Amino acid sequence: MTRSRRTWLGLGAAAGVLALAAPVLPQWALFLIVISIAKGLAALGLLVLLRTGLVSFGQGLYFAAGAYAAGVAANQLGVADGALLALLGSLAAAATSAVVGLLLARYRAIFFAMLSLAFSMILYGLLVKSSLLGSTDGFNVAARTVFGLPVGSGPGRYGVYGLAVLLALGAALGLDRYLGSNLGRLAPAVRDNELRVEYMGASARNVVYLNLVLAGALAGAGGAVTALAVGHVDPEMAYWTTSGEFVFVAILSGTASVAAPFLGAILLELLRSFAYEHAPNTWQLVMGAAMLAVILFLPDGMWSVFRARRRAAP
Amino acid sequence: MSPILEAVGLTKTFGAVTAASDISVSVAEDSVVGLIGGNGAGKTTFLNLVTGYLRPTSGTVRFLGRDITGMPPRRVTRLGICRSFQIPQVFDSLTAYDNLLVGLGIVFMGRKAFVGSHLGASTPEAVADEMLSRFRLSEYRDEPASVLPEGVRKLLDIAMAMVVKPRILLLDEPTSGVSADEKFALMDLVLGAIRADKVTVLFVEHDMDIVRRYTERVVAFYDGRVIADGEPGAVLADREVRRLVVGEEAEAGEEAAC
Repeated sequence: MTRSRRTWLGLGAAAGVLALAAPVLPQWALFLIVISIAKGLAALGLLVLLRTGLVSFGQGLYFAAGAYAAGVAANQLGVADGALLALLGSLAAAATSAVVGLLLARYRAIFFAMLSLAFSMILYGLLVKSSLLGSTDGFNVAARTVFGLPVGSGPGRYGVYGLAVLLALGAALGLDRYLGSNLGRLAPAVRDNELRVEYMGASARNVVYLNLVLAGALAGAGGAVTALAVGHVDPEMAYWTTSGEFVFVAILSGTASVAAPFLGAILLELLRSFAYEHAPNTWQLVMGAAMLAVILFLPDGMWSVFRARRRAAP
Repeated sequence: MSPILEAVGLTKTFGAVTAASDISVSVAEDSVVGLIGGNGAGKTTFLNLVTGYLRPTSGTVRFLGRDITGMPPRRVTRLGICRSFQIPQVFDSLTAYDNLLVGLGIVFMGRKAFVGSHLGASTPEAVADEMLSRFRLSEYRDEPASVLPEGVRKLLDIAMAMVVKPRILLLDEPTSGVSADEKFALMDLVLGAIRADKVTVLFVEHDMDIVRRYTERVVAFYDGRVIADGEPGAVLADREVRRLVVGEEAEAGEEAAC
Protein backbone atom coordinates (compact mmCIF):
# COMPACT_ATOMS: atom_id res chain seq x y z
CA MET A 1 0.00 0.00 0.00
CA THR A 2 1.39 3.38 -0.93
CA ARG A 3 2.00 6.07 1.65
CA SER A 4 -0.71 8.35 0.30
CA ARG A 5 -3.25 5.51 0.12
CA ARG A 6 -2.50 4.72 3.77
CA THR A 7 -2.94 8.39 4.72
CA TRP A 8 -6.30 8.56 2.94
CA LEU A 9 -7.60 5.39 4.55
CA GLY A 10 -6.34 6.38 7.99
CA LEU A 11 -7.83 9.85 7.86
CA GLY A 12 -11.12 8.60 6.43
CA ALA A 13 -11.39 5.98 9.17
CA ALA A 14 -10.57 8.52 11.89
CA ALA A 15 -13.22 10.92 10.56
CA GLY A 16 -15.73 8.08 10.37
CA VAL A 17 -15.07 7.07 13.98
CA LEU A 18 -15.40 10.67 15.13
CA ALA A 19 -18.70 11.01 13.27
CA LEU A 20 -20.16 7.76 14.64
CA ALA A 21 -18.99 8.52 18.18
CA ALA A 22 -20.76 11.89 18.29
CA PRO A 23 -24.06 10.67 19.86
CA VAL A 24 -22.29 8.77 22.66
CA LEU A 25 -19.67 11.37 23.55
CA PRO A 26 -20.35 13.74 26.45
CA GLN A 27 -20.75 17.41 25.68
CA TRP A 28 -17.33 18.37 27.05
CA ALA A 29 -15.63 15.82 24.81
CA LEU A 30 -17.42 17.11 21.70
CA PHE A 31 -16.34 20.63 22.58
CA LEU A 32 -12.78 19.52 23.28
CA ILE A 33 -12.59 17.79 19.89
CA VAL A 34 -13.95 20.83 18.02
CA ILE A 35 -11.48 23.17 19.74
CA SER A 36 -8.65 20.70 19.09
CA ILE A 37 -9.55 20.55 15.42
CA ALA A 38 -9.63 24.36 15.23
CA LYS A 39 -6.14 24.52 16.73
CA GLY A 40 -5.07 21.57 14.62
CA LEU A 41 -6.05 23.51 11.48
CA ALA A 42 -3.79 26.38 12.51
CA ALA A 43 -1.00 23.92 13.38
CA LEU A 44 -1.48 22.23 10.00
CA GLY A 45 -0.70 25.59 8.43
CA LEU A 46 2.42 25.76 10.58
CA LEU A 47 3.38 22.31 9.32
CA VAL A 48 3.47 23.70 5.78
CA LEU A 49 5.59 26.63 6.95
CA LEU A 50 7.91 24.38 8.98
CA ARG A 51 8.45 22.22 5.92
CA THR A 52 9.35 25.40 4.06
CA GLY A 53 11.87 26.13 6.84
CA LEU A 54 9.91 28.92 8.51
CA VAL A 55 8.50 29.30 12.02
CA SER A 56 5.71 31.81 12.43
CA PHE A 57 4.96 33.19 15.88
CA GLY A 58 2.05 35.13 14.46
CA GLN A 59 -0.54 32.64 13.21
CA GLY A 60 -2.90 34.23 15.75
CA LEU A 61 -3.24 37.05 13.23
CA TYR A 62 -5.03 34.80 10.73
CA PHE A 63 -6.82 32.86 13.46
CA ALA A 64 -8.33 36.10 14.77
CA ALA A 65 -8.97 37.46 11.27
CA GLY A 66 -10.95 34.32 10.44
CA ALA A 67 -12.88 34.42 13.73
CA TYR A 68 -13.73 38.12 13.50
CA ALA A 69 -14.65 37.85 9.80
CA ALA A 70 -17.05 35.01 10.62
CA GLY A 71 -18.46 37.03 13.52
CA VAL A 72 -18.96 40.19 11.47
CA ALA A 73 -20.51 38.18 8.64
CA ALA A 74 -22.95 36.53 11.08
CA ASN A 75 -23.91 39.66 13.01
CA GLN A 76 -23.63 42.48 10.49
CA LEU A 77 -24.21 40.76 7.15
CA GLY A 78 -26.78 38.27 8.38
CA VAL A 79 -25.00 35.16 7.12
CA ALA A 80 -26.79 32.36 8.97
CA ASP A 81 -25.01 29.16 7.98
CA GLY A 82 -21.95 27.93 9.88
CA ALA A 83 -20.33 26.27 6.88
CA LEU A 84 -20.53 29.51 4.92
CA LEU A 85 -19.16 31.45 7.89
CA ALA A 86 -16.18 29.12 8.14
CA LEU A 87 -15.54 29.56 4.43
CA LEU A 88 -15.75 33.35 4.74
CA GLY A 89 -13.43 33.31 7.75
CA SER A 90 -10.90 31.24 5.88
CA LEU A 91 -11.07 33.51 2.83
CA ALA A 92 -10.68 36.65 4.96
CA ALA A 93 -7.61 35.15 6.63
CA ALA A 94 -6.19 34.12 3.26
CA ALA A 95 -6.70 37.68 2.01
CA THR A 96 -4.96 39.02 5.14
CA SER A 97 -1.98 36.74 4.61
CA ALA A 98 -1.93 37.62 0.90
CA VAL A 99 -1.34 41.25 1.91
CA VAL A 100 1.14 40.86 4.80
CA GLY A 101 2.75 37.96 2.91
CA LEU A 102 4.04 40.41 0.32
CA LEU A 103 6.42 41.66 3.00
CA LEU A 104 6.82 38.47 5.06
CA ALA A 105 7.90 36.38 2.06
CA ARG A 106 11.09 38.45 1.85
CA TYR A 107 12.28 37.37 5.29
CA ARG A 108 13.67 34.17 6.74
CA ALA A 109 14.58 32.66 10.09
CA ILE A 110 14.32 34.87 13.19
CA PHE A 111 13.42 37.94 11.11
CA PHE A 112 10.45 36.12 9.66
CA ALA A 113 9.38 34.86 13.08
CA MET A 114 9.61 38.30 14.69
CA LEU A 115 7.88 40.11 11.83
CA SER A 116 5.02 37.60 11.85
CA LEU A 117 4.72 38.16 15.60
CA ALA A 118 4.71 41.93 15.08
CA PHE A 119 1.88 41.78 12.54
CA SER A 120 -0.28 39.68 14.88
CA MET A 121 0.31 42.13 17.74
CA ILE A 122 -0.68 45.03 15.47
CA LEU A 123 -4.04 43.33 14.89
CA TYR A 124 -4.34 42.67 18.61
CA GLY A 125 -3.77 46.37 19.28
CA LEU A 126 -6.32 47.39 16.66
CA LEU A 127 -8.98 45.00 18.00
CA VAL A 128 -8.46 46.16 21.58
CA LYS A 129 -9.01 49.76 20.47
CA SER A 130 -12.02 49.08 18.20
CA SER A 131 -15.16 49.80 20.20
CA LEU A 132 -17.28 48.78 17.21
CA LEU A 133 -15.84 45.26 17.59
CA GLY A 134 -16.29 45.20 21.34
CA SER A 135 -12.72 46.25 22.30
CA THR A 136 -11.21 43.85 24.85
CA ASP A 137 -14.54 42.11 25.43
CA GLY A 138 -15.08 41.06 21.84
CA PHE A 139 -18.61 40.07 20.86
CA ASN A 140 -20.90 37.06 20.61
CA VAL A 141 -21.25 34.99 17.45
CA ALA A 142 -23.83 32.36 16.58
CA ALA A 143 -24.69 30.37 13.50
CA ARG A 144 -28.38 29.67 13.08
CA THR A 145 -27.85 26.72 10.77
CA VAL A 146 -25.01 24.41 9.74
CA PHE A 147 -25.32 22.89 6.28
CA GLY A 148 -28.93 24.09 6.35
CA LEU A 149 -29.78 22.17 9.55
CA PRO A 150 -31.03 24.41 12.38
CA VAL A 151 -28.66 24.22 15.36
CA GLY A 152 -30.03 23.38 18.80
CA SER A 153 -32.36 20.56 17.81
CA GLY A 154 -32.17 17.16 16.10
CA PRO A 155 -28.98 16.39 14.10
CA GLY A 156 -28.27 20.12 13.98
CA ARG A 157 -26.95 19.85 17.54
CA TYR A 158 -23.90 18.16 16.06
CA GLY A 159 -23.66 20.73 13.26
CA VAL A 160 -20.52 22.58 14.37
CA TYR A 161 -18.91 19.30 15.41
CA GLY A 162 -19.66 17.75 12.02
CA LEU A 163 -18.42 20.87 10.26
CA ALA A 164 -15.15 20.72 12.22
CA VAL A 165 -14.61 17.03 11.42
CA LEU A 166 -15.33 17.60 7.74
CA LEU A 167 -13.01 20.60 7.63
CA ALA A 168 -10.22 18.63 9.31
CA LEU A 169 -10.67 15.75 6.87
CA GLY A 170 -10.80 18.01 3.82
CA ALA A 171 -7.83 20.13 4.94
CA ALA A 172 -5.67 17.11 5.79
CA LEU A 173 -6.43 15.28 2.54
CA GLY A 174 -6.04 18.39 0.44
CA LEU A 175 -2.75 19.28 2.09
CA ASP A 176 -1.42 15.73 1.80
CA ARG A 177 -2.09 15.90 -1.91
CA TYR A 178 -0.53 19.33 -2.20
CA LEU A 179 2.64 18.36 -0.32
CA GLY A 180 3.15 15.40 -2.65
CA SER A 181 2.65 17.47 -5.80
CA ASN A 182 5.31 19.09 -7.96
CA LEU A 183 4.54 22.43 -6.32
CA GLY A 184 4.35 21.12 -2.76
CA ARG A 185 7.69 19.33 -3.11
CA LEU A 186 9.35 22.72 -3.44
CA ALA A 187 8.74 23.45 0.27
CA PRO A 188 11.60 21.29 1.61
CA ALA A 189 13.72 22.31 -1.38
CA VAL A 190 13.35 25.97 -0.38
CA ARG A 191 14.18 25.05 3.22
CA ASP A 192 17.34 23.23 2.14
CA ASN A 193 18.71 25.45 -0.61
CA GLU A 194 17.03 28.49 -2.13
CA LEU A 195 19.94 29.15 -4.47
CA ARG A 196 19.46 25.79 -6.15
CA VAL A 197 15.71 26.30 -6.42
CA GLU A 198 16.38 29.53 -8.30
CA TYR A 199 18.95 27.78 -10.49
CA MET A 200 16.34 25.16 -11.34
CA GLY A 201 14.07 27.85 -12.71
CA ALA A 202 11.63 28.49 -9.84
CA SER A 203 11.12 31.43 -7.52
CA ALA A 204 11.76 30.58 -3.86
CA ARG A 205 9.89 33.69 -2.75
CA ASN A 206 6.77 32.65 -4.66
CA VAL A 207 6.88 29.25 -2.95
CA VAL A 208 7.13 30.93 0.47
CA TYR A 209 4.32 33.34 -0.43
CA LEU A 210 1.97 30.59 -1.57
CA ASN A 211 2.62 28.55 1.58
CA LEU A 212 2.04 31.63 3.74
CA VAL A 213 -1.37 32.17 2.16
CA LEU A 214 -2.21 28.49 2.59
CA ALA A 215 -1.20 28.58 6.26
CA GLY A 216 -3.24 31.75 6.72
CA ALA A 217 -6.34 30.19 5.16
CA LEU A 218 -6.04 27.15 7.44
CA ALA A 219 -5.59 29.27 10.58
CA GLY A 220 -8.57 31.40 9.49
CA ALA A 221 -10.76 28.33 9.16
CA GLY A 222 -9.63 27.29 12.64
CA GLY A 223 -10.51 30.73 14.01
CA ALA A 224 -13.97 30.66 12.45
CA VAL A 225 -14.67 27.19 13.86
CA THR A 226 -13.56 28.40 17.31
CA ALA A 227 -15.87 31.40 17.04
CA LEU A 228 -18.82 29.13 16.21
CA ALA A 229 -18.01 26.57 18.91
CA VAL A 230 -17.33 29.07 21.69
CA GLY A 231 -19.97 31.51 20.48
CA HIS A 232 -17.66 34.41 21.15
CA VAL A 233 -14.61 36.17 19.70
CA ASP A 234 -12.14 38.41 21.52
CA PRO A 235 -8.74 40.03 20.86
CA GLU A 236 -6.91 37.26 22.76
CA MET A 237 -7.20 35.23 19.55
CA ALA A 238 -4.58 37.51 17.99
CA TYR A 239 -2.40 37.66 21.11
CA TRP A 240 1.06 36.11 20.94
CA THR A 241 0.23 33.41 23.49
CA THR A 242 -2.38 32.05 21.06
CA SER A 243 0.25 31.95 18.31
CA GLY A 244 2.67 30.34 20.74
CA GLU A 245 0.18 27.61 21.45
CA PHE A 246 -0.01 26.77 17.74
CA VAL A 247 3.77 26.50 17.64
CA PHE A 248 3.55 24.29 20.73
CA VAL A 249 1.09 21.99 18.95
CA ALA A 250 3.17 21.96 15.77
CA ILE A 251 6.35 20.98 17.63
CA LEU A 252 4.51 18.45 19.77
CA SER A 253 3.08 16.90 16.59
CA GLY A 254 6.03 16.98 14.23
CA THR A 255 5.86 17.55 10.49
CA ALA A 256 5.84 13.94 9.33
CA SER A 257 2.11 13.57 8.72
CA VAL A 258 -0.88 15.81 8.01
CA ALA A 259 -2.76 13.90 10.71
CA ALA A 260 -0.21 14.76 13.40
CA PRO A 261 -1.33 18.35 14.13
CA PHE A 262 -4.86 17.18 14.97
CA LEU A 263 -3.62 14.45 17.25
CA GLY A 264 -1.17 16.88 18.81
CA ALA A 265 -3.91 19.43 19.40
CA ILE A 266 -6.16 16.84 21.07
CA LEU A 267 -3.28 15.75 23.30
CA LEU A 268 -2.56 19.34 24.23
CA GLU A 269 -6.18 20.00 25.14
CA LEU A 270 -6.42 16.80 27.17
CA LEU A 271 -3.15 17.52 28.91
CA ARG A 272 -4.26 21.03 29.71
CA SER A 273 -7.66 19.92 30.98
CA PHE A 274 -6.15 17.37 33.34
CA ALA A 275 -3.27 19.57 34.40
CA TYR A 276 -5.71 22.36 35.13
CA GLU A 277 -7.90 20.05 37.18
CA HIS A 278 -5.17 18.37 39.21
CA ALA A 279 -2.67 21.21 39.48
CA PRO A 280 -4.69 24.41 39.14
CA ASN A 281 -1.82 26.60 40.32
CA THR A 282 1.04 24.96 38.49
CA TRP A 283 -0.57 23.68 35.30
CA GLN A 284 1.78 25.77 33.13
CA LEU A 285 4.63 23.87 34.78
CA VAL A 286 3.10 20.59 33.63
CA MET A 287 2.76 21.94 30.08
CA GLY A 288 6.36 23.13 30.08
CA ALA A 289 7.58 19.75 31.32
CA ALA A 290 5.60 18.01 28.57
CA MET A 291 7.15 20.27 25.94
CA LEU A 292 10.62 19.61 27.35
CA ALA A 293 10.00 15.86 27.29
CA VAL A 294 8.92 15.98 23.64
CA ILE A 295 11.95 18.02 22.61
CA LEU A 296 14.32 15.75 24.52
CA PHE A 297 12.90 12.37 23.64
CA LEU A 298 10.93 12.92 20.44
CA PRO A 299 12.70 15.73 18.62
CA ASP A 300 10.73 14.98 15.44
CA GLY A 301 7.43 15.24 17.29
CA MET A 302 5.19 12.56 18.70
CA TRP A 303 4.32 11.28 15.23
CA SER A 304 7.83 9.84 15.11
CA VAL A 305 6.59 7.18 17.56
CA PHE A 306 4.67 5.66 14.66
CA ARG A 307 7.68 5.77 12.38
CA ALA A 308 10.33 4.62 14.83
CA ARG A 309 10.22 1.06 13.56
CA ARG A 310 10.76 2.01 9.95
CA ARG A 311 13.56 4.48 10.57
CA ALA A 312 16.94 3.20 9.51
CA ALA A 313 19.87 3.39 11.90
CA PRO A 314 22.01 6.48 11.25
CA MET B 1 28.77 29.93 -37.01
CA SER B 2 27.07 32.46 -34.77
CA PRO B 3 27.99 32.26 -31.08
CA ILE B 4 25.55 30.73 -28.59
CA LEU B 5 26.92 32.81 -25.73
CA GLU B 6 28.61 36.15 -26.01
CA ALA B 7 30.01 38.25 -23.18
CA VAL B 8 31.11 41.73 -24.17
CA GLY B 9 33.24 43.92 -21.89
CA LEU B 10 31.95 42.40 -18.63
CA THR B 11 33.20 44.35 -15.65
CA LYS B 12 32.29 43.78 -12.01
CA THR B 13 33.60 45.83 -9.14
CA PHE B 14 32.91 45.46 -5.44
CA GLY B 15 33.94 48.83 -4.00
CA ALA B 16 37.65 49.11 -4.75
CA VAL B 17 37.98 45.46 -5.75
CA THR B 18 37.68 44.56 -9.41
CA ALA B 19 36.50 40.97 -9.71
CA ALA B 20 36.08 41.07 -13.47
CA SER B 21 37.65 43.56 -15.82
CA ASP B 22 36.49 43.95 -19.41
CA ILE B 23 35.93 40.25 -20.07
CA SER B 24 34.88 39.46 -23.61
CA VAL B 25 34.32 35.82 -24.49
CA SER B 26 32.33 34.37 -27.33
CA VAL B 27 31.37 30.69 -27.30
CA ALA B 28 30.46 28.74 -30.44
CA GLU B 29 27.54 26.34 -30.35
CA ASP B 30 28.30 22.65 -29.75
CA SER B 31 31.79 23.23 -28.35
CA VAL B 32 33.64 22.39 -25.13
CA VAL B 33 35.52 25.27 -23.55
CA GLY B 34 37.79 25.17 -20.50
CA LEU B 35 38.22 28.11 -18.15
CA ILE B 36 41.51 28.16 -16.24
CA GLY B 37 43.13 30.50 -13.76
CA GLY B 38 44.29 30.67 -10.16
CA ASN B 39 42.07 31.30 -7.17
CA GLY B 40 40.45 34.72 -7.39
CA ALA B 41 41.25 35.04 -11.10
CA GLY B 42 37.59 35.68 -11.95
CA LYS B 43 36.37 32.35 -13.34
CA THR B 44 33.48 31.85 -10.92
CA THR B 45 32.68 35.58 -11.09
CA PHE B 46 32.38 35.11 -14.85
CA LEU B 47 29.91 32.23 -14.35
CA ASN B 48 27.97 34.30 -11.80
CA LEU B 49 27.76 37.21 -14.24
CA VAL B 50 26.61 35.03 -17.12
CA THR B 51 23.91 33.27 -15.08
CA GLY B 52 22.59 36.46 -13.50
CA TYR B 53 23.64 35.74 -9.92
CA LEU B 54 25.69 38.93 -10.14
CA ARG B 55 24.76 41.97 -12.16
CA PRO B 56 27.72 43.36 -14.12
CA THR B 57 28.86 46.90 -13.38
CA SER B 58 29.14 47.30 -17.13
CA GLY B 59 29.12 45.11 -20.21
CA THR B 60 26.51 42.82 -21.74
CA VAL B 61 25.74 39.11 -21.95
CA ARG B 62 24.02 37.79 -25.05
CA PHE B 63 22.54 34.35 -25.48
CA LEU B 64 21.66 33.36 -29.03
CA GLY B 65 21.74 37.05 -29.91
CA ARG B 66 19.37 38.04 -27.12
CA ASP B 67 20.49 40.45 -24.39
CA ILE B 68 20.14 38.65 -21.05
CA THR B 69 22.22 41.03 -18.90
CA GLY B 70 20.81 41.31 -15.39
CA MET B 71 18.20 38.57 -15.79
CA PRO B 72 17.78 36.60 -12.54
CA PRO B 73 19.13 33.02 -12.45
CA ARG B 74 15.67 31.43 -12.71
CA ARG B 75 14.93 33.17 -16.00
CA VAL B 76 18.40 32.45 -17.34
CA THR B 77 17.87 28.81 -16.39
CA ARG B 78 14.56 28.66 -18.24
CA LEU B 79 16.32 29.87 -21.38
CA GLY B 80 18.58 26.82 -21.19
CA ILE B 81 21.70 28.20 -19.51
CA CYS B 82 22.37 25.86 -16.60
CA ARG B 83 25.19 25.53 -14.12
CA SER B 84 26.68 23.24 -11.55
CA PHE B 85 28.57 24.44 -8.50
CA GLN B 86 32.06 24.09 -7.10
CA ILE B 87 30.54 23.20 -3.73
CA PRO B 88 27.56 20.94 -4.55
CA GLN B 89 24.28 22.80 -4.09
CA VAL B 90 21.89 19.98 -3.38
CA PHE B 91 18.85 19.54 -1.14
CA ASP B 92 20.51 17.86 1.82
CA SER B 93 17.45 16.44 3.53
CA LEU B 94 16.02 14.95 0.33
CA THR B 95 17.01 11.69 -1.33
CA ALA B 96 18.98 11.72 -4.57
CA TYR B 97 15.79 10.78 -6.39
CA ASP B 98 13.79 13.60 -4.77
CA ASN B 99 16.57 16.07 -5.54
CA LEU B 100 16.06 15.41 -9.24
CA LEU B 101 12.29 15.17 -8.87
CA VAL B 102 12.13 18.69 -7.43
CA GLY B 103 13.83 20.10 -10.51
CA LEU B 104 11.89 17.96 -12.97
CA GLY B 105 8.68 19.02 -11.20
CA ILE B 106 9.59 22.67 -11.75
CA VAL B 107 10.22 21.98 -15.42
CA PHE B 108 6.98 20.03 -15.67
CA MET B 109 4.92 22.83 -14.09
CA GLY B 110 6.49 25.48 -16.29
CA ARG B 111 6.61 23.50 -19.54
CA LYS B 112 5.77 26.59 -21.56
CA ALA B 113 8.38 28.81 -19.88
CA PHE B 114 11.29 26.46 -20.49
CA VAL B 115 12.93 26.19 -23.89
CA GLY B 116 13.33 22.46 -23.63
CA SER B 117 13.23 19.57 -21.25
CA HIS B 118 13.88 15.89 -21.08
CA LEU B 119 10.29 15.32 -20.16
CA GLY B 120 8.62 14.98 -23.52
CA ALA B 121 5.58 12.83 -22.89
CA SER B 122 6.96 11.11 -19.78
CA THR B 123 6.38 11.97 -16.14
CA PRO B 124 8.92 13.64 -13.82
CA GLU B 125 9.07 10.38 -11.83
CA ALA B 126 10.12 8.31 -14.83
CA VAL B 127 12.68 10.85 -16.00
CA ALA B 128 14.19 11.12 -12.50
CA ASP B 129 14.95 7.40 -12.52
CA GLU B 130 16.24 7.56 -16.07
CA MET B 131 18.60 10.40 -15.14
CA LEU B 132 19.80 8.57 -12.01
CA SER B 133 20.83 5.63 -14.13
CA ARG B 134 22.40 7.84 -16.82
CA PHE B 135 24.61 9.43 -14.16
CA ARG B 136 25.13 6.05 -12.44
CA LEU B 137 23.46 7.28 -9.27
CA SER B 138 20.81 4.56 -9.07
CA GLU B 139 22.41 2.82 -6.09
CA TYR B 140 22.10 6.07 -4.09
CA ARG B 141 18.50 6.67 -5.18
CA ASP B 142 16.90 6.57 -1.72
CA GLU B 143 19.76 7.97 0.34
CA PRO B 144 19.51 11.52 1.67
CA ALA B 145 21.95 13.78 -0.15
CA SER B 146 23.58 14.76 3.17
CA VAL B 147 25.13 11.31 3.64
CA LEU B 148 26.43 10.82 0.08
CA PRO B 149 30.19 10.81 -0.60
CA GLU B 150 31.53 14.08 -1.99
CA GLY B 151 32.12 12.70 -5.48
CA VAL B 152 28.54 11.45 -5.65
CA ARG B 153 27.20 14.80 -4.43
CA LYS B 154 29.24 16.42 -7.19
CA LEU B 155 27.67 14.14 -9.75
CA LEU B 156 24.19 14.74 -8.35
CA ASP B 157 24.81 18.48 -8.51
CA ILE B 158 25.68 18.17 -12.20
CA ALA B 159 22.68 15.92 -12.88
CA MET B 160 20.49 18.56 -11.20
CA ALA B 161 21.82 21.15 -13.62
CA MET B 162 20.59 18.89 -16.42
CA VAL B 163 16.91 18.68 -15.43
CA VAL B 164 16.24 21.59 -17.70
CA LYS B 165 17.50 20.35 -21.04
CA PRO B 166 20.31 22.90 -21.29
CA ARG B 167 21.54 24.56 -24.45
CA ILE B 168 24.71 25.45 -22.62
CA LEU B 169 26.04 24.00 -19.39
CA LEU B 170 28.48 25.80 -17.12
CA LEU B 171 30.36 23.48 -14.78
CA ASP B 172 32.25 25.08 -11.90
CA GLU B 173 35.19 22.79 -11.07
CA PRO B 174 33.42 19.50 -11.76
CA THR B 175 36.41 17.49 -10.51
CA SER B 176 37.26 19.38 -7.33
CA GLY B 177 36.82 17.23 -4.26
CA VAL B 178 37.13 14.11 -6.43
CA SER B 179 40.17 11.89 -5.97
CA ALA B 180 42.85 12.07 -8.68
CA ASP B 181 42.27 8.54 -10.00
CA GLU B 182 38.53 9.13 -10.34
CA LYS B 183 38.77 12.42 -12.20
CA PHE B 184 38.94 11.02 -15.72
CA ALA B 185 36.19 8.50 -15.09
CA LEU B 186 33.98 11.30 -13.75
CA MET B 187 34.67 13.56 -16.72
CA ASP B 188 34.05 10.71 -19.18
CA LEU B 189 30.74 10.01 -17.48
CA VAL B 190 29.66 13.65 -17.26
CA LEU B 191 30.70 14.69 -20.73
CA GLY B 192 29.33 11.46 -22.17
CA ALA B 193 25.95 12.17 -20.58
CA ILE B 194 25.98 15.82 -21.62
CA ARG B 195 27.52 15.68 -25.06
CA ALA B 196 25.11 13.02 -26.25
CA ASP B 197 22.63 15.89 -26.50
CA LYS B 198 25.14 18.20 -28.22
CA VAL B 199 25.05 20.59 -25.29
CA THR B 200 27.67 23.32 -25.33
CA VAL B 201 29.88 23.00 -22.25
CA LEU B 202 31.98 25.55 -20.40
CA PHE B 203 33.90 24.24 -17.45
CA VAL B 204 36.25 25.67 -14.85
CA GLU B 205 39.16 23.35 -14.17
CA HIS B 206 42.45 23.37 -12.31
CA ASP B 207 43.78 20.07 -13.64
CA MET B 208 45.63 20.80 -16.89
CA ASP B 209 45.53 17.15 -17.99
CA ILE B 210 41.75 17.30 -17.93
CA VAL B 211 41.75 20.61 -19.78
CA ARG B 212 44.05 19.21 -22.47
CA ARG B 213 42.04 16.05 -22.88
CA TYR B 214 38.48 17.34 -23.00
CA THR B 215 38.47 20.88 -24.36
CA GLU B 216 38.67 22.33 -27.84
CA ARG B 217 39.40 25.77 -26.54
CA VAL B 218 40.77 27.32 -23.37
CA VAL B 219 40.21 30.74 -21.84
CA ALA B 220 42.80 31.74 -19.24
CA PHE B 221 41.93 34.23 -16.49
CA TYR B 222 44.24 36.24 -14.31
CA ASP B 223 43.32 39.03 -11.90
CA GLY B 224 39.83 39.45 -13.36
CA ARG B 225 41.08 39.65 -16.95
CA VAL B 226 41.27 37.23 -19.86
CA ILE B 227 44.96 36.79 -20.64
CA ALA B 228 44.75 34.10 -23.32
CA ASP B 229 42.04 32.50 -25.40
CA GLY B 230 42.46 29.80 -28.03
CA GLU B 231 43.45 26.20 -28.75
CA PRO B 232 44.41 24.31 -25.58
CA GLY B 233 47.90 23.54 -26.88
CA ALA B 234 48.62 27.15 -27.73
CA VAL B 235 47.14 28.61 -24.56
CA LEU B 236 48.86 26.15 -22.23
CA ALA B 237 52.19 26.83 -24.00
CA ASP B 238 51.74 30.59 -23.70
CA ARG B 239 54.55 32.11 -21.64
CA GLU B 240 52.31 34.36 -19.58
CA VAL B 241 49.81 31.56 -18.91
CA ARG B 242 52.63 29.24 -17.82
CA ARG B 243 54.00 31.84 -15.45
CA LEU B 244 50.69 33.19 -14.02
CA VAL B 245 48.31 30.24 -14.20
CA VAL B 246 49.99 26.88 -14.62
CA GLY B 247 52.92 27.67 -12.29
CA GLU B 248 50.58 28.92 -9.65
CA GLU B 249 48.31 25.94 -10.12
CA ALA B 250 50.92 23.48 -8.81
CA GLU B 251 51.13 25.42 -5.56
CA ALA B 252 47.40 25.89 -5.28
CA GLY B 253 46.92 22.18 -5.85
CA GLU B 254 49.33 21.29 -3.05
CA GLU B 255 47.62 23.68 -0.67
CA ALA B 256 44.26 22.20 -1.45
CA ALA B 257 45.62 18.71 -0.82
CA CYS B 258 46.62 19.54 2.74
